[in-house]
Amino acid sequence: MKRLYHWLLPHPLLTLLLALVWILLQNELSAGMAVFGLILGIIIPRGTAIWWPDQPKGLHLGKMASYTLVVLWDILVANIEVAWIVLTVPNAKLKPAWIVIPLDLRMPEAITVLAGTITLTPGTVSADLSDQGRCLLVHVLHTDDPDAVRDDIKSRYESRLMEIFT
Amino acid sequence: MSPDMIGTYATAICLLIGSGFVIVGVIGLLKFNDPMTRLHAPTKVGTVGIGMLLLASMIHSFTLGQTSLHELLIMAFLFVTAPVSANFIAKVGIHRRACDTPPKPSDDTTWSTLDSPDPAPAADGKQA
Repeated sequence: MKRLYHWLLPHPLLTLLLALVWILLQNELSAGMAVFGLILGIIIPRGTAIWWPDQPKGLHLGKMASYTLVVLWDILVANIEVAWIVLTVPNAKLKPAWIVIPLDLRMPEAITVLAGTITLTPGTVSADLSDQGRCLLVHVLHTDDPDAVRDDIKSRYESRLMEIFT
Repeated sequence: MSPDMIGTYATAICLLIGSGFVIVGVIGLLKFNDPMTRLHAPTKVGTVGIGMLLLASMIHSFTLGQTSLHELLIMAFLFVTAPVSANFIAKVGIHRRACDTPPKPSDDTTWSTLDSPDPAPAADGKQA
């Protein structure tokens, strides 16, 4: 019974997510669509199970929610800051900089989330990863103190991601 | 004020804020003069700009009484795909030496984009 369950539902949360996406795509909530979404949610993870060998080890939903809120708030604040820079700072006075962030995260998924977060917050774009995956290259639009930006990213995002992906 | 009026005003305000951010993004794209700083402008359009326009669309659908939550999906897909394309553009810039050479990584030997056996292509775009 347990093996059948694991065979049928290799990723239960992915199943739920796919069903939710299907219902949102239909743009209306009805029993038939929910059932069809669940069927898709079973077929798709089953068919792609080869490429998802690992199970996530425990989900920290509360920490994920607080991380999302922190990131959304930072996106809003950084947007206004960058809009101000675009409108007021002339090109000659712009101080773009490369910063190198030494990574403590090792999981590829966690590094992907960190790089995506850095790009989504305006003013910083993650550009490259070092050959062994231990450093992240980030471009900053305008800063007086690159080290402060690096420490900010490490303390604000990376420490939270370390707790989520443990 | 009736709920209809409040909805209409909220839609209008969201549309204005969203288009304001989009126009600032476009100004940034035109004003900056090297590829890496230019890359910063679209990230702003992609997040708050489009986000506010989609929020306006959602509020509008609620005031009309036809609930629509499609927009949440658009936002989710944008948030997932935008960093990937920005990362690829940045990698192309580094590979073609179109920007300042980045500093060496502190832990490893080099950046993965620069770690290629081919010689670097010319920056003038003549070489395939």
